[in-house]
Amino acid sequence: MLGFLARRVAATVPVLLFVAVFVFLLLRLTPGDPAAIVAGDNASTEQIEEIRAQLGLDEPLLEQFGLWSAKVLRGDFGESFFFKQPVASLIGQRIEPTLSLALVTLFITVVVAVPLGTLAAYYHRSWLDRLVMGFSVAGFSVPVFVLGYLLIYVFAVELRWFPVQGFASIREGLWPFLERMVLPASALSVIYVALIARITRASVLEVLGEDHVRTARGKGLPERTVVINHALRNAAVPIVTVIGVGLALLIGGVVVTESVFNIPGLGRLTVDAVLARDYPTIQAVILLFSFAYVLINLMIDLTYLVLDPRIRY
Amino acid sequence: MKAEATQAPFAEATALRLVPALLADPSVRIGGGILVVIALLGLFAPLLTPVDPSYLDPTTRNELPGAASTVDLADGKTADVTHWFGTDQLGRDLFARVLYGARISLLVGLAVTLIVVATGLFIGLVAGYFRALDGLIMRMMDGLMAIPSILLALALVALWGAGLWTVIIAVAIPEVPRVVRLVRSIVLSVRGEPYVEAAVAMGTPTPLIMTRHILPSTIAPLIVQGTYVCASAILVEAILSFLGVGIPTDIPTWGNIMAEGRLLFRVYPHAILFPGVFLAVTILAVNMMGDGMRDALDPKLQRRL
Repeated sequence: MLGFLARRVAATVPVLLFVAVFVFLLLRLTPGDPAAIVAGDNASTEQIEEIRAQLGLDEPLLEQFGLWSAKVLRGDFGESFFFKQPVASLIGQRIEPTLSLALVTLFITVVVAVPLGTLAAYYHRSWLDRLVMGFSVAGFSVPVFVLGYLLIYVFAVELRWFPVQGFASIREGLWPFLERMVLPASALSVIYVALIARITRASVLEVLGEDHVRTARGKGLPERTVVINHALRNAAVPIVTVIGVGLALLIGGVVVTESVFNIPGLGRLTVDAVLARDYPTIQAVILLFSFAYVLINLMIDLTYLVLDPRIRY
Repeated sequence: MKAEATQAPFAEATALRLVPALLADPSVRIGGGILVVIALLGLFAPLLTPVDPSYLDPTTRNELPGAASTVDLADGKTADVTHWFGTDQLGRDLFARVLYGARISLLVGLAVTLIVVATGLFIGLVAGYFRALDGLIMRMMDGLMAIPSILLALALVALWGAGLWTVIIAVAIPEVPRVVRLVRSIVLSVRGEPYVEAAVAMGTPTPLIMTRHILPSTIAPLIVQGTYVCASAILVEAILSFLGVGIPTDIPTWGNIMAEGRLLFRVYPHAILFPGVFLAVTILAVNMMGDGMRDALDPKLQRRL
């Protein structure tokens, strides 16, 4: 088990390294003088020189990478020349809305998708099953921004149930927070629900056909127990895997959803940074999102040891 | 050498033989039918509306769907037209813009799919066949896959600037690793088959083994994966354009039309809803084709894709 832990952790090192090198090269491979790009259009020659020295752009590439990595590891992503403040503090201000949106979406997804997929598998080939499958194809196809505007139009503009846009911290109270979170999180969760419901249905369906389920029924256990404790529990590994892999969808979706609903989070920051060509900020958000994605999936792999005692690497 | 003729079939023959099975599937027919209609709408847009999609008319701004007005045509004449989808805040006809937008979405979908399948096939064959390169290639693919695709596309667009072809390449690159993985896994499983080993033993040159004996096995899964790549490409292009970093705004695309409709969305939702519906229906059609093809070609594929 320790060997597995070590191998699994070791396998993520090259991945993280690749991402770091890619993000590092992003600025260096840009056509033109990186220092001038970082400084922005209105910088003086002295400012550009200062940045060149600060980024170590005169050093050999490998040394630059070492210098840059050391800084990044200390949480120093440099200064955003568009927002005129350190990128790290910029991210600090923006992380809460994004994290809130992601967590609420994840919650909605799991609460909706897992029961839906389980029921679809249980009532295999019924109208419910067809409905869930049809929804999962459709859910994959409606882009989150189309859905977002549709929800805004129906529930905020026409029915006036929710505010149109914006974000309120949970510290301002649960209702103001939820009121502004329901629509974006619902829009964002649709594609994720489609994905998770589909995989839940497939894996529960497979487990339901296994011998131990027949045995459980044979010894007279109630159907509820059979489905939840015997089928769903054994189907958990693929479901949790796809929840982890699907985080990439969620991260991509956050970028779009925050723009539609005017949420001042990391997604909006990413888009603003790309529009302004604010490279230090672009580098930081890509590094942050990708590392989070890889590390969360690493942790998920490790939870298999808990979820499924049969797995002993 | 006589054995050569009776060995594994050529790639083209394999692809052609699959067509009847694919067309028998109802999802493929419905999805394909919708796509053909949308392609025809885009292709024959000049015949369906006389209005230039970029024609500005300050007197007909934000007209609701169904409003009529007189527009100047390119040849200097004027025409009375009905704005079926209304007009945007610059007075441009949304029906014309949405029709012309279909061209870009389908072009991007098609171009990205071809680029991704060709690149992914090549890299996947190399990784699967030459074991020495496998580790390095696959670590790079894992690395690329670690960056969520919209972020990667955003970063590349930031790097290269907005433009039709930069967007196509930026959308294509994040899709490549999935195809590489698929092709590589097929190569690895086919490599051990007796007919491949026989070809190796007979001294068949490596390029011939790869194209004639291994490539045909990848065709069916690649067709399916290709449709998913296409759906994803259309979606990501629309997202990039919607966020204002994709196709330049002077080209009407569904994403651009929606981006321009954002400001006045509360009052004039039609500028977002019409292109949105077209976008969703197109992606749905491509996905339906993908699912139908997957079921028609090989039910077991469902697990791998």
